[in-house]
Amino acid sequence: MTMNIELIRLLAFLVGIIAFAALNAAYLVWVERKGAAHFQRRIGPKEVGPYGLLQPLADGVKLMTKQLLVPDGVDPLLFKVAPILLLVPAVMSFVTIPFGEHLAARNVDLGLLMIFAFASINVLGLLIGAWGSANKYAIIAAARVISQNIAYEIPMLLTAIALVMATGSMNLNEIVAQQGGGLWHWNLIRLTYAASPLTPIAFLIFFTTMLAETNRAPFDMAEAESELVAGAFTEYAGMGFGVFFMGEYANIVVGASLVTVLFLGGWQSPLPFLPGSVVWFLAKMYAIIFTVVWIRWTYPRTQFYALLNLSWKVLIPISLVNLVLTAGWLKVF
Amino acid sequence: METKELQPPIIHLAALDQVLAIGRANSLWPMTFGLACCAIEMMAAGASRFDLARFGAEVFRPSPRQCDVMIVAGTISKKMAPAVKTLYDQMPEPKWVIAMGNCAISGGPFAFEGQYGIIEGADKFLPVDIYIPGCPPRPEALIEGILELEEKVTGSRRWPRVQCG
Repeated sequence: MTMNIELIRLLAFLVGIIAFAALNAAYLVWVERKGAAHFQRRIGPKEVGPYGLLQPLADGVKLMTKQLLVPDGVDPLLFKVAPILLLVPAVMSFVTIPFGEHLAARNVDLGLLMIFAFASINVLGLLIGAWGSANKYAIIAAARVISQNIAYEIPMLLTAIALVMATGSMNLNEIVAQQGGGLWHWNLIRLTYAASPLTPIAFLIFFTTMLAETNRAPFDMAEAESELVAGAFTEYAGMGFGVFFMGEYANIVVGASLVTVLFLGGWQSPLPFLPGSVVWFLAKMYAIIFTVVWIRWTYPRTQFYALLNLSWKVLIPISLVNLVLTAGWLKVF
Repeated sequence: METKELQPPIIHLAALDQVLAIGRANSLWPMTFGLACCAIEMMAAGASRFDLARFGAEVFRPSPRQCDVMIVAGTISKKMAPAVKTLYDQMPEPKWVIAMGNCAISGGPFAFEGQYGIIEGADKFLPVDIYIPGCPPRPEALIEGILELEEKVTGSRRWPRVQCG
């Protein structure tokens, strides 16, 4: 009987996670378009439903009823499997993220490692899609995305290691639990006891690499439309393209959740007398996502060389120094 | 490349068709594609003063695979025509064409006896749905054209028509 309850629980979480990912993908597009409009002093979608709230629905209906187009000369299997391969790891990463104190599908002990493992698969989806579509722009975009992701995975992991040294755990629930008791206990500032004073720097590095890992502007080399038509998505029409975008937005949600969990105290409340709940988690996560949108519509796309230079010459040395100093700090105090 | 003849659907479901039509009409993604000066007006239509985004039509997709509307904005030279046709062929169904400006309608000022470099109108080789006259048409005219296209797709007008004079 216990077996059955566990199974039902997992099933409920599975449905919940997929619904959450899909709903977020749909409405983050709305946030993005509305946000873009307001940053450019426009109104944005407003005629389709109140405040344009039915816009994602209209887009969804349209994308789903577009002609199913598999161009000549593509690899049909790879072409079709790639969007799914981008979406699945992102959805899998949700499994271990603690949305609330008891609201995680699985409390995995190596949760952080698992998320990083899945996060590096989603690039494969892009590469396979671009390769399968046999389009030169797509392949160039894929080559760029791969080198970008390799470059940015390193500082991201280095800062994560420094953080894991400070917290002593890779269990996300545990990391959040350590940050209880108010704003000043969060890993971002951590004024309480001998934790590294360098975490604000680690936070900045982590946030920057998160932008790059999720292929967001100013690092959106996957879809550099001024140079590469539509980048890796060039040959995708209709819902293939739609699923790609769902995957992209799911990745952003995962990235923002990770920043929230690691640095902003997850579901813990900012004030010690307020109880922690899922509301805090969502508030922090959406604040991070809004910042991501804000950055996208404020800064132009970087050059590819500048992008790689930023990682190899700036972020990696700083994160290495951060790692060494954190280790020293933890040893001394 | 010849476009394949599409089979009409066997079963018609009026209510569902209406839902699909409304969905399509409210998410007309144009192509990032301009041929001449009309493209400047098209850009202005997307910018803050006129804001095409209000109707969900601001998503100018760079790849023809993801577009619904081709706005032929400008003079089609004979050298450019094959590229325009290729782009049209690459768009997935259902797709629409808007001929924006006099050049795309009939060749405009370039149509004269003995001219050799210009295609006199996009409808010489594309199935044009909406014609927007003007040289160039103002952004409001382009927005009106988009609304006309929506009317053509759904069968009903979004806003009451403005009476002139």
